[in-house]
Amino acid sequence: MGVEGIGARVARKEDKRFLTGKGRYTDDMVAPGMKYACFVRSPHAHARIRSIDVAAAKAMPGVIDVLDGKQLQADGIGNLICGWMIHSKDGSPMKMGAWRPLAHETVRYVGDAIAIVVADSSGEARDAAEAVVIDFEELPAVTEPLPALEGGAPQLHPEAPGNLIFDWQIGDPEATDRAIAAAAHVTEIEIINNRLAPNPMEPRATLGIYDAAEDHYTCYTTSQNPHVARLVMSAFYNVAPENKLRVIAPDVGGGFGSKIYIYPEEIVCLWASKKTGVPVKWTSDRTEAFLTDAHGRDHVSKVKMAFDADHRVTALKVDTVANLGAYMSLFSSAVPTYLYATLLSGQYAIPAIHANVRTVYTNTVPVDAYRGAGRPEATYLLERTMETAARELGVSPAELRRKNFIRSFPYQTPVIMNYDAGDYEASLNAAMQAADWAGFEGRRSASAAKGKKRGIGMSCYIEACGIAPSAAVGSLGAGVGLWESAEVRVNAVGTIEVLTGSHSHGQGHETTFAQLVAGRLGVPLESINIVHGDTDKVQMGMGTYGSRSGAVGMSAVVKALDKVEAKAKKIAAHMMEADEQDIVIENGELKIAGTDKTVPWFQVALAAYTAHNLPAGMEPGLKETAFYDPSNFTFPAGCYIAEVEIDPETGKTEIVQFVAADDFGNIINPMIVEGQVHGGLAQGIGQALLENVHYDPQTGQLLTASFMDYAMPRADDLPSFTLSHQNTPCPGNPLGIKGCGEAGAIGSPPALINAITDAIGHNRLTMPATPMKVWQALQPAH
Amino acid sequence: MTKVTLTVNGRTMSGECEDRMLLVHFIREKLALTGTHVGCDTTQCGTCVIHMDGHSVKSCSILAVQANGSVITTIEGLAAQGEMHPVQAAFKEHHGLQCGFCTPGMVMTAVDMINRRGGSLTEEVVRTELEGNICRCTGYHNIVKAVLAADAEMAAGRQAAE
Amino acid sequence: MYATSYHRASSVEDAVRLHGHSEESKYVSGGMTLIATMKQRLASPSDLVDLRHIGSMKGISVDGRRVTIGAGTPHAEVAASQAIMAVCPALCHLASHIGDPHVRHMGTIGGSVANNDPAADYPSAVLALDATVVTDRRSIPADGFFAGLFETALAEDEIITAIAFDAPDKAGYAKFANPASRYAMTGVFVAKTGGTVRVAVTGAGSDGVFRHAGLEQALQGNWSPDAPGSVMVDPSGLMADMHADAQYRANLVKVMAKRAVMAAG
Repeated sequence: MGVEGIGARVARKEDKRFLTGKGRYTDDMVAPGMKYACFVRSPHAHARIRSIDVAAAKAMPGVIDVLDGKQLQADGIGNLICGWMIHSKDGSPMKMGAWRPLAHETVRYVGDAIAIVVADSSGEARDAAEAVVIDFEELPAVTEPLPALEGGAPQLHPEAPGNLIFDWQIGDPEATDRAIAAAAHVTEIEIINNRLAPNPMEPRATLGIYDAAEDHYTCYTTSQNPHVARLVMSAFYNVAPENKLRVIAPDVGGGFGSKIYIYPEEIVCLWASKKTGVPVKWTSDRTEAFLTDAHGRDHVSKVKMAFDADHRVTALKVDTVANLGAYMSLFSSAVPTYLYATLLSGQYAIPAIHANVRTVYTNTVPVDAYRGAGRPEATYLLERTMETAARELGVSPAELRRKNFIRSFPYQTPVIMNYDAGDYEASLNAAMQAADWAGFEGRRSASAAKGKKRGIGMSCYIEACGIAPSAAVGSLGAGVGLWESAEVRVNAVGTIEVLTGSHSHGQGHETTFAQLVAGRLGVPLESINIVHGDTDKVQMGMGTYGSRSGAVGMSAVVKALDKVEAKAKKIAAHMMEADEQDIVIENGELKIAGTDKTVPWFQVALAAYTAHNLPAGMEPGLKETAFYDPSNFTFPAGCYIAEVEIDPETGKTEIVQFVAADDFGNIINPMIVEGQVHGGLAQGIGQALLENVHYDPQTGQLLTASFMDYAMPRADDLPSFTLSHQNTPCPGNPLGIKGCGEAGAIGSPPALINAITDAIGHNRLTMPATPMKVWQALQPAH
Repeated sequence: MTKVTLTVNGRTMSGECEDRMLLVHFIREKLALTGTHVGCDTTQCGTCVIHMDGHSVKSCSILAVQANGSVITTIEGLAAQGEMHPVQAAFKEHHGLQCGFCTPGMVMTAVDMINRRGGSLTEEVVRTELEGNICRCTGYHNIVKAVLAADAEMAAGRQAAE
Repeated sequence: MYATSYHRASSVEDAVRLHGHSEESKYVSGGMTLIATMKQRLASPSDLVDLRHIGSMKGISVDGRRVTIGAGTPHAEVAASQAIMAVCPALCHLASHIGDPHVRHMGTIGGSVANNDPAADYPSAVLALDATVVTDRRSIPADGFFAGLFETALAEDEIITAIAFDAPDKAGYAKFANPASRYAMTGVFVAKTGGTVRVAVTGAGSDGVFRHAGLEQALQGNWSPDAPGSVMVDPSGLMADMHADAQYRANLVKVMAKRAVMAAG
């Protein structure tokens, strides 16, 4: 499709502003008269608030005001919500405890917001925040999911006895138990999926501006979905009606899920702006981010996988407990259910599956979607189990997987999903070849000769992206539809603005969306601008998460383009006195097919706006809107192989090679797709080797509250990656796109842990495989 | 309040600030140069890297008053007359950035790295030299590629000049 | 950060005078630890006296095998010093692995030694090299300088002006970095002069940097990477945290000692 169209490795249009320091992030925004906020937060994991005394704080230098939760509640600001209803298997609805934007009765995690200080400078705001005197009655706390379910555990919410939020199941329990009872072999394993902090490099920030004359609010915020933020703040938090609330998510420095949610700070800063009469800006510091950004993962599962004598999987039984933290965040209930258990069939034909999921409250920050969201948990569980089974059965891990691959499509799994297309063996073969799997034993011997332990491991992942068909998710409890919108606005001179409800926070939409348009119309990339992230400019949209921007967001652009092209063809046909059926669009011209008669794109655009000579009855203008609602999820899949070398003296793991073979369907810009995979791999490798959120189980204090203790992957922790793409186009959307944003984080952790356990010769290892844990695993007593 | 005067990107600039104000906040808030970022509280992430008196430093761990009188280059001062520096151009060509937040620090780090060790960079050296800069988007793969490419290009430029 | 008042000293005497203006004064040199600590509101000096512009505290001199490093010399300069490289490359290696390139441009040897962070690199070198800590008023032998976590023999207003030592015949440093902070989770500096071996361990001791008699004895008898393997390193007295328990640190002490000897040659 040309040098700038679909499939081209076009350098990004947005790069220059980021490279020259001209990016515009929320914390860069300045409003006249702007003041700075600091939140007073709970130092305790669990406590009742007896009293709050703000008098001393209010008297501090530079302080404008100090506001607390009672005032917020009195002004009618609502509690935070969870947007996805899950019912327990007994039919009862999930047990949602109240989450107040500013707590004034009980605090339930370290960092729970209690009051806001507004002052002339951020330093003065923080000085005053320390002067707010709060009388706490400390309560016992629980931070881990299994202890939270035990009798006698500290109770978080009166609405949820035993801290149990819901007890949900999917699949056929009887058929699964029968198959396990009849199995030739059953592999049993306990799987812990460690808790992670998303840590986009840009900390969250918000600037709330209240305009008293217009009774209007503007909210700059670090959001992946500004329209959803506006909807939720209007419909549920009573901040302001939608027409009185503009939400702008300008350049956003990474999200990875953590910026989907509407946090207390946006709501409180908007409200505080009205209360104080000044614009109020809050910028999180990194410790605050660790304490208050939604975390990811944190599952404990028991697994049984049954095999017949021919090593075919006959059943999978999973019992999972998921930690949701102190409150139910926006999508928290969907992550360990419909985004997790529906993927437990993986790439395999498994006749019977049953998963039971219990979610629990603990005295920790809320847990919600983080890159992959449920699918990494499913993949880790399945691929660790598959690897373990191969070892127990004494067969090669590749052959065991190959034997069980789904090979014909569409394929209906026992857990809702209907896979539309795929070729799992192609990715497996590509990965094994790229990794020189056959030559591994030779390399292992060479390592052994140097006193090192070498291991290799694979993971065959599948995920569900293109989130999501609105009716389907609605029937499963979603509070919103998950379509996407686009407007293609052709200007009178032929340049084009595309207004999309998707939001780019690193994904490169300004380039890829423009490539789609350039390819279709044959106009230069520079003539196309992508507009996103501002509710006053862009029609309602659903934002970016779940690898949905390509498959859903771009499909909406295609639909809008279809309409624009149809109208342009009518105009061109009229101008050239031809039949509109004969008009084709090529290289920026509208042409009568098979002739050399053309009219340039810009002349058609101009004609549409001068409206001097339009076909009878046609409205002037050339601008079309479309909403695209997907018919199904998309199913990216692939095979990852990790090869490691372990220093047995220190337990340090070196990744000697990492191979990723992915099937993302059709690809718009391979360079950008590769970048998405690289970043996902780094996060998955981080989970496997480095990252872990650690709360002190006694005090509930967060011990990993900075980069001093939370190990972020750095350049020298990682190798360069070997990538390849297989392509079975997605039949479900017009571009054949499946999505690529999360695959790396989904597929890589099990590949690494399979490689490390291969190297150390046993399975007793949990993530992250830190040097100490690997060294301990190598000690004879272990 | 103390008056701090710096030479920033070739221009003399002054501002009044509290002694406790960090250099990065002085640059961002007093000088309105918002390309330099803050990504952590513990001197680790490197989104705040600038050049002070010719060396890369973390402007989040220096008070503005400590820097008084020094010569500063920020990301805004790197592109001469609008022409991107070879390091900036290489980051674009090799897709060494995604969300862009760590990018100014990465670029300033890469320029300093090439200033000190230009012509001798290898993948291993670049990865080690990036110890003080955290990126959450790219997995560093394309950053490493971009730095090596810029180093090669600048070395070729030096050779041609000789 | 709490409010503070900044003073730039022009000389060592000026610095001491400025320090005397308040009881809550602190010296700042590169500031790579102090400013970070102040940002987290874990330190709140009323006054900061900046030593970074005192010319007499900068620079490196090597006279024969006598090495003198001005306390205000940044890590990057020590790392790149050809003069030190010629007589004690292990110190250049150590300096080149402190923090990151940006930290090494600001952080100074005097600041690091005065702060005595239990996970800092330099204290192990100072102790193993039997260096002299030169201050504005006296010379303190390394063995009498370090006094526990963040504690030293320095008086409140005393300023380290230089670190001096005789280059050993052989020296090596090996560190195992904390995966998150990259500070030394265990670092071992070995130095051999004639028949005497000194081994100093940083990052591992719950009381800060320390010499290990068992390792010194073993290496004195047999200067070989194999020697540390047979030494008993007692985990009691070693730090334990979520990244490394005492048992693991005890192992790292031996392994890093072995690697330091290998590096020393």
